[in-house]
Parts: sequence; structure tokens; C-alpha cells
Amino acid sequence: MMQISFKLNDKAVTVDVEPRLHLADCLREVLRQTGTHLGCEHGVCGACTVIIDGEAVRSCLVLAVQAEGSAVVTVEGLSNDDALTPLQTAFRKHHALQCGFCTPGMLTTAHALLTKEPDADADRSRTVLAGNLCRCTGYIPIVEAVLEARAAYRNKP
Amino acid sequence: MIGTNRYIGNPVERVEDLRFLRGRGEFVGDLRREGMLHAAILRSPIAHGRIRGLDPAAALDIPGVRMVITAASIGAVPTIPLRLLGLPGTERFLQPVIAADRVRYVGEPIAVVLADSPALAEDGVGAIALDIEELPPVADRRAAGKDDILLFAEAGTNLAMNFTATCGDADAAFREAAYVRRERFQVQRHSAMPMEPRGLLAEWGAAQGRMTVFGAAKVAFFNRGTLAAMLGLPTSAVDLIENDVGGGFGARGEFYPEDFLIPFAARHSGHPVRWIEDRREHMIAMNQARETDCDVEIACRRDGTILGLRGEVFVDLGAYIRTTGLIAPRTATQFFAGPYRVPNLRITTASLLTNKTPTGTYRAPGRFETSFFCERLIELAAHDLGIDSAEMRRRNLIAAAEMPYQLPRLDPGGTATDTECDSGDYSETLDRCLAEFGWDAKRELQGRLIDGRYHGVAIACFIEGAGAGPKETARLDLELDGTISVYVGSAAVGQGLETVMAQIAADTLGLSLDRMRVFHGSTPHLPEGYGAFHSRSTILGGSAVFQGATALLEKIRMAAAGRLGIAAGDIEIVDDAARASDGRSVALAELATERLRVDTAFANNNRLTYAYGASAAHVAVDPGTGRVELLDYLVVEDVGRIVNPLTLHGQAIGQVVQGLGGAFMENLVYDANGQLLTGSLADYLIPTATDFPRIRAIALENYPSPSNPLGVKGAGEGAIIPVGGLMANAVANALVAFEPMPNQLPLTPARVWAMASKQRAGTS
Repeated sequence: MMQISFKLNDKAVTVDVEPRLHLADCLREVLRQTGTHLGCEHGVCGACTVIIDGEAVRSCLVLAVQAEGSAVVTVEGLSNDDALTPLQTAFRKHHALQCGFCTPGMLTTAHALLTKEPDADADRSRTVLAGNLCRCTGYIPIVEAVLEARAAYRNKP
Repeated sequence: MIGTNRYIGNPVERVEDLRFLRGRGEFVGDLRREGMLHAAILRSPIAHGRIRGLDPAAALDIPGVRMVITAASIGAVPTIPLRLLGLPGTERFLQPVIAADRVRYVGEPIAVVLADSPALAEDGVGAIALDIEELPPVADRRAAGKDDILLFAEAGTNLAMNFTATCGDADAAFREAAYVRRERFQVQRHSAMPMEPRGLLAEWGAAQGRMTVFGAAKVAFFNRGTLAAMLGLPTSAVDLIENDVGGGFGARGEFYPEDFLIPFAARHSGHPVRWIEDRREHMIAMNQARETDCDVEIACRRDGTILGLRGEVFVDLGAYIRTTGLIAPRTATQFFAGPYRVPNLRITTASLLTNKTPTGTYRAPGRFETSFFCERLIELAAHDLGIDSAEMRRRNLIAAAEMPYQLPRLDPGGTATDTECDSGDYSETLDRCLAEFGWDAKRELQGRLIDGRYHGVAIACFIEGAGAGPKETARLDLELDGTISVYVGSAAVGQGLETVMAQIAADTLGLSLDRMRVFHGSTPHLPEGYGAFHSRSTILGGSAVFQGATALLEKIRMAAAGRLGIAAGDIEIVDDAARASDGRSVALAELATERLRVDTAFANNNRLTYAYGASAAHVAVDPGTGRVELLDYLVVEDVGRIVNPLTLHGQAIGQVVQGLGGAFMENLVYDANGQLLTGSLADYLIPTATDFPRIRAIALENYPSPSNPLGVKGAGEGAIIPVGGLMANAVANALVAFEPMPNQLPLTPARVWAMASKQRAGTS
């Protein structure tokens, strides 16, 4: 067992983990933050995407011990309490989710993208989202939602 | 019919989204229990063999590994009964819940390891000593048909079932026809591939003798009966609970071996047991689908009128007949001709057993496959006869005046021997599709080389049978706080069921949407239920909710009338109160003290609904790389009545993209030893956000179904039906100069490139 400390959604956490435990299992099973989903554990589907120090990262391909000292944001950390963020509101308006399983990874990926590139165009958004698999929506409404949410990221101070 | 449509017909944003968007959904993998053990499953690495030895000692030596369950632990190993089409003879080919001495596909469960963590359970699986004597595998349906290697020696054959559909006199039609063409076509094995793998959490309450299983989906009530019988428990002692479900598409929720093994493990070990499938496991364990080929012919008059279809279809069923294993072969047989009038038809479908993962239903089972066959045949006939593709189809569509239209008779067919198209004007969706697509302008591009790419367009029509009976149940309770609890036997698999049911109940009662709480799928809610398959939830579940809400409204009116001393007809519901025409009112919360409650069931007497539509596509094909770019895709479908245009549109677009995966990319490739070569999402390609960005869908509601009070028809499986045939025809039309024969899916770049280059080499 190894002890690690990192920031999870702006709160300091310290946990004991096996060296072989990946970050997604650490988040889900140890820290009980189950919004991060596991769709393949091969790093292909993107459902487990979290944001580590500003970068969208597949938490199934990161060992928990590698998170030491970093700032991790999961889907639970995107909104506080009751209000949906503009990105989440756009997802709802455009029906950009059906079963909801890939949604956490879509949101974290899009949030990381728009935080850095609030002017990302449709092609750029599609290219970035192409790393996340969705089996329900056909992606078109997801891209529409991301494009609509750009305005809110541009206006941030 | 419903009077005030505040919700029905409007794009109501989904109630489900609020939890999913915040990471607060609750999927089965999110559940934990005190003292819970984790299960991992040892699966056969060999496609066909005899188990010579199975020694769990090394696994049990690992600290944290608690137990290994094998066939010997279970004793008499149950087989999994069919849910649908349990025809005589099928009992010979059912899957045992665990392999005792024989394995028939890579992925068949052999042992279950219980441990303190999933990782330790997997360590345990790796430590079990397994010795399998390999037998020669039956690698494909052609080998199966020879019957020299048998999966079930005692049956004496690998032929699991033969279906035949007939109408008129096919042979006479072919003798007299001016034009006949015969072709072979093939659709590859692919799969539903929902994003959430399966999972179960089973809890055995020893004191009460109760089994509770979380992770159920689709058909919890049926599966409860199956599990109770296998465990030797009364049905009432078993509950199946539906959590949030990460996509189903037909495959999830059927009774699989794990649906017995995990509950058994919980009872056997005395601990709650959780099993979460991983993706690699999913790809060899969950139902596969679609592997079908055929040798068929079409007979026409010179004017393009179809006189007959006949031929043989072959389905590679995999190693066992699973719960819905015969649905695709059945449907392929009966619906071969789709929406087209074919007066003389004889289609025979052989379902053959091979040493591959067993198959089951996947969105539009049998219909995706045969639409590809039929649309290719019609396109070839139109081409040969010099008739425009759209005109050829218009001439042969079943006409509005012919409704209800009897489809070919199926033998053996069980409850679906005869069925008829219920209503509609099929040419209307065709004409609308052609107009919105811009067919007349785009077909000028047919086969033209523009900037190095060949352009092609195609059109196809489809019908979507839906609403399998017998019925669906619902219960509506007026709660003490004045809200309504809506319980429905339908199941949610990600399609927005909570929102749609709430819309129907709220409109019927004249209450606002936020007063509705919808409960679905789980067995504690209702004494019986039927679930989510055959695009039936809105048809049957929605009608049950409508019927129940209508009756509850009447009860509320009667109760209020009694309190206010006036006739029930003078009462209406306004703002959470029952109000009399004279202005006096009584709050619903107050009326709730009278325990106002309705239990109901809606039965359709097995009268199916048939939504219908047309799709058109425009592609550009790069002959140098074989890449096909989809420039435009349009689907127009008349669904009878639209409850929620937002979710309906989502169903249509999602289906088209899923179908495009099947047309271009998805392929479960097996080698000659029965080993799956495409066992990860890096090898088995499904569409991504960059692949098909231009898709349009239009829904119409011009012809409500006469078979239910809402007038709705199924809408979850229509748009995927024609995708394969449409894409093959578009590519064929683009490359017409090369005389290509895209008769095999998927249309990979390599295949498309070969079609363009082989002919070019021959002609240069």
C-alpha cells in the first residue's frame, strides 16, 4: 500500500492505495465518486475521462499513485449543487445524452477543451470529441451542445 | 384522446438528464454493500473442447480469494430457457449456465471466483489450472451445414431451426417472369456494444429466504421467473431491480449465464456478490448478432413490377440458442420484402450452430440484414431494367388502399404466424424524403467524378414492426402530498422512458410534469410486467399509463364530486386541486386520504404497429483510398404520433449512426479456430464524432396507429433498418463505371478500393 495525496474537485484527499490500482478505480471504489465511468479500461472509449492539472486524461490509463500532488476534476466537480453549468444546460437542451453512461467523459473532455479553446470550431470540437465513444446519440447533438456552450467560456474572466 | 397537450408533442427536456449531467446517475457498478465479495469469471479460451481438468487450489491459496464455484458446486446445471419462440426442438440447443464438461465457444463460463476485490478475483481466475482437450471447431455456417462435426452429438445436427415464409406461388411467378436475377449477399457478425458493460449485484437474505438482484434491464419480470425456477424459490421471493442502464439495444437484459451464477454465488457464499463485466469479456460473452447470408432471386415485369422473391437465408447462430436467438432468423424470413408488395414469395431461413459466441437480438434484428439483401436486389433490377431507383420503389410499395396489408405467413411462427401492416401511406414518406433530400438534383451526380471522387445517391424504404404483446401494466397512485406516482412494467434502457411516461400521465391528468414520479422496470413495483423490447414501451407502456391516468382522473373527479356535492362532470383539475364549475375546490392532497389508486393493463391482442419511412443518402467515394464520405443522409419516418420530438429525433439520429457502423466499420472477426480477433474497442471500430457529421431526420405523424389509444407506433428501430442497403447502393451507384458488386458488409475502405481498382485493372 502507498499513501497518496491530491486535490479532488478542490478538496484535499489522502488515500492508501495498491500500486497497481488505476485512478478510475481509486475514484470510484476508494473515494466513492462514481460519476466517472469505466467503459473499456483500454483507454479507448473515454468514459473515464477526468481533468488532471487542466488536461483531459483517461483515468483508466493513469495509476492512482501518479495523481500524487495533482489537481483532479471529475464530473462531480463541474457543477456545484443545484444549478447546471452552461455546458450541462446545453447538453440537456440539445438532447446530447440518452443512457448517460458516456456523458461524464464527454463533459470533462468538452470542459477541458473549451477552457483552453473557447473558440474551438465544429471541426476542432469533433476532432477532440472523437476520442470519446457514444453509442446512443450519433454525436451530432453533442457537437451542437459543445458549440453552443462556447459563449459561456468566452465570457469567463 | 387527450385534450390538453401541454407536454405530448412538445420537445420536453428530459427529467433523467439532471442526474446524469452531474455524475449522479446510479448504474449497477456504482453500488456497494457491506461485506460484498467481487466475482470474476473463468471463461473458456478454446472454441470447442472437453474439460479434462479444473483445479482451483492455486486460486484459493491467494489471500483474499474466498471461493471458486464450478459446475460441481452447482450440481444439476440448469439451462437457460428461451424467452421468445421456444418452439419444439429448441430445447436441444439451450445454454447451460456453466460448462460442466464441454465448452462450445470462447468465453463460455467455466468457474466463478469470489474475492475481496475485483483485482484479486481476476488474480484468482488466472491461477486456476484448466485443462481442455481441444475438439475441431465448427468455424462458420457452411461447416455447420455439413454436420460432420456436431456441437450437440445427441441432436445429430447443427441445424437449430428452419423458418419459411410464403405467399402466392413463387415458382409459378418465376416461370412466367420476363426478368429474373439471382444474387448472394452477406452481412457480417456485429453487436449492440452498449457503452456500459453488464453488471450484477446479488444479495441473499437468508433469514427471509429472499434473493434481490440489482442490474436487471429490459425484461426483469420474465427473468425473475427464470431465476426463481433455477434457484428453486417461489417467484415472489425473488426481486430484480433496474438501476440506471447504460444502453441496451436489444442485447442487454436478456437472461445470461451470469444472471444465474451471481445470485447463486451470493446464496452459496452468504455474501452480497458484485460482478462487473469488463469490455474484453463483454465482447465474447454478450450476445452477438447479424451474421447472415443468402442466395436469393427476384422476378419482375419489364416495367419493374415485382412478381416474386424466393431463396434461402442462412444465419450463423453461434454455439447455443439464447433467449432471443431465433428472433432475427424469424424476422429475416417474414419481413424479407419489407414495405414492398411481393405477391409471390418463398423465403427459407436455416439457423445453424457454430463454435462462436451465441447471438441474440440487436436493434432491428433480421430487418437490418434483409433490408440490405432486398434493397440490393431491387437496385440491381432497377439498373438492369433501366428504371429510376425511386420510381422502381414507388411502383412496388404497398399502397394506402391495401391497408391493412397481410404479410407473408410464417412457419413455424408461434404467435406471429400472421401479421398485417396496420395503416399508412408509404409513398408519402418516399415522396417527402425525395423532396427534402433534393433527389432530382442530386441524382444528376450519379456516378460522376468530381475533384477525384465518384458521387453516388441511393434511396430505400422500410417498415418497422413494433409493439409485441401481450400487454403492459401500470399503476398510478395519488400520493398524500398531491403528487402522482406512476409505476409501469416497461423498462428504461436509456431511451428517456421516465420523461415520456411523465408526459403522458401529466397531460392525461391535467397536472404539471413535476408532479409525476415514474418508477419502472423493477419487480417490486408491480405484480407483473413485460419490459422494453420490439420498440414497445411507448406503445404498450404508454397506453397503459394513459389508460390508468384516465381512470385515476375519473376517480379524482368522483371523490371531489362527493366532497363538493355536485356531479363529477362539473369537476376539472386545475393547479393541484379538483375544481368545480362554481369555483369551489378541494386539494388533491386532501383527496389522497381516500387512497385513490388505479391498477391497469393495456393489451393489444398482438396487433403490431408498423411505422414506415424512407431514407436517402449521398456519398463521395475516393477510388484511390476506398474512403466513403457521407455527404448527406436523410430519414423520414411516419411514427403515427410523436410524444416527444426531442427524444424521437435522438432515436432516429442515433440509429442511423449505429447502422452506419454496421455498414462501414463494425466486424466481429473470428479465425478458423473460433478465436475472436477483434476483441477490444481499438479493434472493433464503432463510429466516432468525426465519422458521420451530416445526418438529418424528419418525423411525421400523419397516420396514427389504430391499435392503441395514443396512436403511437414504435420508433426505436426503424431508421437503422435500411442503412446497410442504402450505403451499398450509394457506393454501387458512385462506382457504376466499374460495375461493382458491393454484396458484402461492412464496406471497408479495402473492399471499396478493391471494387474500384480491380475493374480498372481489367479494363486498362
